[in-house]
Amino acid sequence: MEWREAGVLLVSKPHGETSTIIEVLTEGHGRHAGIVRGGSSRKMAPVLQPGAQLDVTWRARLEDHLGMFLVEPITSRAHLMSDRLTLAGLNALTTLIRFALPEREPHPALYRQTLTVIDMMDQEIWPLAYLRWELSLLDELGFGLDLTCCAVTGVTDGLTYISPKSGRAVATEAAGEWANKLLPFSPALIGAGTSDKDIGNGLKVTGHFLQTRLAPALGNRPLPDARQRLIDLLSR
Amino acid sequence: MSAPNDLENLIDLMARLPGLGPRSARRAVLHLVKKRALTLIPLADAIARVAETARECLNCGNIGTTDLCPICESEKRANGELCVVEDVADLWAMERAAVFKGRYHVLGGTLSALDAIGPAELRIPKLIDRVTTESISEIILALNATVDGQTTAHYIADQLEARVKVTTLAQGVPIGGELDYLDDGTISAALRARKTV
Repeated sequence: MEWREAGVLLVSKPHGETSTIIEVLTEGHGRHAGIVRGGSSRKMAPVLQPGAQLDVTWRARLEDHLGMFLVEPITSRAHLMSDRLTLAGLNALTTLIRFALPEREPHPALYRQTLTVIDMMDQEIWPLAYLRWELSLLDELGFGLDLTCCAVTGVTDGLTYISPKSGRAVATEAAGEWANKLLPFSPALIGAGTSDKDIGNGLKVTGHFLQTRLAPALGNRPLPDARQRLIDLLSR
Repeated sequence: MSAPNDLENLIDLMARLPGLGPRSARRAVLHLVKKRALTLIPLADAIARVAETARECLNCGNIGTTDLCPICESEKRANGELCVVEDVADLWAMERAAVFKGRYHVLGGTLSALDAIGPAELRIPKLIDRVTTESISEIILALNATVDGQTTAHYIADQLEARVKVTTLAQGVPIGGELDYLDDGTISAALRARKTV
């Protein structure tokens, strides 16, 4: 078995004295693990940092083996480590992918969006792109939100709430006495608000659905701490 | 047949050490047995003594043979500078360089979202405590230039920068390094940290 593809490095863990086990997110093979011989050497260790874009060749005798990766660096994203907010964003992104995506299941659209978010991380607007990425993650895994019109009346204007059960938008007049039980509709969720407060409110909404919809489907594991750290930094 | 079993047991134990495999462990054990008086007995005595006396310093986490390590006990090292390192091996590397004259704090690891290692699992609460009790003027974060190392550095800076000056080691071209062989990340860090000659 052999394939070659570009991918984003998600994690690198020591294996024995000289090797590492890495996980990469690729377009055609999804989240995929493998061993890199000599991965903890002085030459390879700087290359195998989370967020790096790699050209990987995976080889194994049988498809269900862990297999070996041959790795060539394409783009280092080490510059993201120098800023605490972008590093928190990178950590949130990589840990959430590992938390949510099953191994060896391709999600090409999400892969492309992941690349876009990481490449935008040296621009100020990246937190909004990250929020949109979380929405896409929910959508990709079958828990997408419908924010196009009110679930009760069908109107497309004056959407101020989101149902915590159905994930559909609700207009002000339709909310009535249920308003205090609904989630706030942040304009950032539809790309209309860019303030930190809007993005923070948007992340509360995606966090709710990650916690109440996705996590139970994955054995009720808690959401990664790295995501909360990003939210804490954004809210300052 | 207890002797061969004892030898096999020793070889098995030696083979678990870093840098040794079954064959090199076998070679080392054979050497020890041949040089019994010169190597084996002194080594066995030294290991027995260390097994009895080695412990973590209650203050900084360094390994010593008393409750407080020599660095923490030395008044000369109380110059207000505290160097935070991930592991005892990093502390020893800093001491080898013999350029830092302050005290250390060993975290015992780095924050890791993947391995669920949070601040409570490290010696971060003790570090915050030391900043107030030891009149520290500067914290030097000497953590690895990895994602986990830098995440830990940013977290500690968040906790302490309001109380004390927090600095970190520079990143860039190593002594003797050739640009042609450096990775993109190191070159980028070196360029960002450039200085006037």
